[in-house]
Amino acid sequence: MADELLRDEADVTERGLDPRTEDPSSPLADQLQELSERELEGPGLEPEQEILTINMGPHHPATHGVLRLIVTLQGERVIDLKPVMGYLHTGIEKNCEDKSYWKVIPFVERMDYLSYFFQMEAFCGCVERLVGLEIPPRAKYLRVIHMELDRIMSHLVWLGTTALDLGAVSLLWYCFRERDTILDLFEMSSGQRMHTRYFQVGGVFEDIPVGFEAKLRDFCALMPDRVSQYEALLDRNEIFLQRTRDIGLIPRERLLELGVTGPLLRAAGEPWDLRKVDPYLCYGDFDFKIPVGTVGDGYDRYRVRLQEMRESVRIIEQALDGLPEGPWIADDRKYVLPPREELATSMEALIHHFKLVTEGFRVPPSELYYAVESPRGELGCFVLADGSSKPARVHFRDPSFVNLQCFRDMSVGGYIADFIQNLGMLDPIIGGVDR
Amino acid sequence: MPDAPGLELIAQGIEEGHEGTVIETSFEHGRASLVVNPEHILHALTWLRDTPEQGYRFLSSLHAADYLPATPRFAVHYELLSRERVERINVKALLENPAGADGEEESLPELDSCVELFPTAEYQEREAYDFFGIVFTGHPDLRRILMPEDYVGWPQRRDFPIGGEPVLFTHNEIEAPRWFE
Repeated sequence: MADELLRDEADVTERGLDPRTEDPSSPLADQLQELSERELEGPGLEPEQEILTINMGPHHPATHGVLRLIVTLQGERVIDLKPVMGYLHTGIEKNCEDKSYWKVIPFVERMDYLSYFFQMEAFCGCVERLVGLEIPPRAKYLRVIHMELDRIMSHLVWLGTTALDLGAVSLLWYCFRERDTILDLFEMSSGQRMHTRYFQVGGVFEDIPVGFEAKLRDFCALMPDRVSQYEALLDRNEIFLQRTRDIGLIPRERLLELGVTGPLLRAAGEPWDLRKVDPYLCYGDFDFKIPVGTVGDGYDRYRVRLQEMRESVRIIEQALDGLPEGPWIADDRKYVLPPREELATSMEALIHHFKLVTEGFRVPPSELYYAVESPRGELGCFVLADGSSKPARVHFRDPSFVNLQCFRDMSVGGYIADFIQNLGMLDPIIGGVDR
Repeated sequence: MPDAPGLELIAQGIEEGHEGTVIETSFEHGRASLVVNPEHILHALTWLRDTPEQGYRFLSSLHAADYLPATPRFAVHYELLSRERVERINVKALLENPAGADGEEESLPELDSCVELFPTAEYQEREAYDFFGIVFTGHPDLRRILMPEDYVGWPQRRDFPIGGEPVLFTHNEIEAPRWFE
């Protein structure tokens, strides 16, 4: 009884303090009512014209890694976009300065975790040029075979995850099935499925084992059909077509200004491929085409990458046919470990082995920038040598990092759903962006 | 790559009307390199980009390096590419480290930003600023890009120690210095 009375009293006092529950006829309440109505309407804006800034990521499944995006929206249209990165920064470049040259190789592989062979080639190629080491032809061919396999593997992961973003779930499983075959091949030749450390300064770590060639030929025979199957799944998929056609257009000139390379640039109709224009290793020996798009929308980017897989298969087949016999690593004992069996008989080999393993080789003071064509564009490696056995500076020009600059141009003006598609077609690997 | 005589011609072309722009030319490992006075870096880049017979219109990479203990200490490298002739040229601006005034706030080396000439340099200049503390004057949005915004120090400089920052675990989160910041 007493409780109820108390509660009533409390209600009364609250009502007295709260203007909203006051008698509606009082002038203060009228004023407040008017104010709140005006607030609801906003300063002459329709609800879909209001500007809303939202944060997306870093942990969002459609950002393909830990990319954070600050997106300004007007209704459902993107009017501004700012990528924020660095969540995966691990200081690899700084750590490389504290490692001897051959210990840097496994480090740099881990930047872009889908194109590790390319990072190895960029670094090893750069160091080989600095010390003037010529690598044997068989090593060049083996490198090309592994890099092209890696290109297919990277494109498969891209295709699977991007199609997944666009709602085609089943494609992911098919793509990863083929990717697994490639990883099996990597395991055969190097012992590791990812981050193989297969390339060495001077060549490759080991010759390919018995059975590798047969398995690779089986894969090459199968892969073009499989690519056709992916095409059949997507090319007549109305949802996929509507979401990719004429979306994310950037003119070719703007792409070049922004330093964009790789499939993005080729999709806009620019046939720029370092493998063709500057044939490093032995790319000059092979007959392959550079697929280009016409308008540079999401659909062209998809077509270019699919066609690139077919061309990579052709390169691998030609490389297998023309695979030269001979050593797979250079014979210069100052830079390359002597073979194991030599250690038992040769004093010099033992000394070289000891020197290479404890201190590593020294590189005369010089600097060089060397670029290769990775699945995402121009992957450049800058090495500054100061005469010691450790590099004074290793810098990677990662294509994902530079290509990300065109993301704003791609997405502004489009719908928020399109910008998921754009990000997928851009194919940034955040490990490479942040290094 | 332009060959060694070609590089001298380029150096002469840049010098025309702007004496003292090119400090040094070098040609090694098949790579042509120009050392340019940092005050005239934009002139050199504009000349290389806009002279019709040069046409180095694509900036493939911009990166900085620390040459400690040499002076000048820092260098900003521009790897230019002519896509028509598939030739690369390296342009290098050497920068002094202006630090030295005691008691005052650390002053940073400065260089003109080339974002106007090459929009691709935007992220890469931010990266150079982030890791080396090189200030690009005229850059539209010069902030840290990969390190946290509130980070103190320039981590890729040679005198910045590796492992200078303690790794926080639950057992040392109290003892580790500045853990609460």
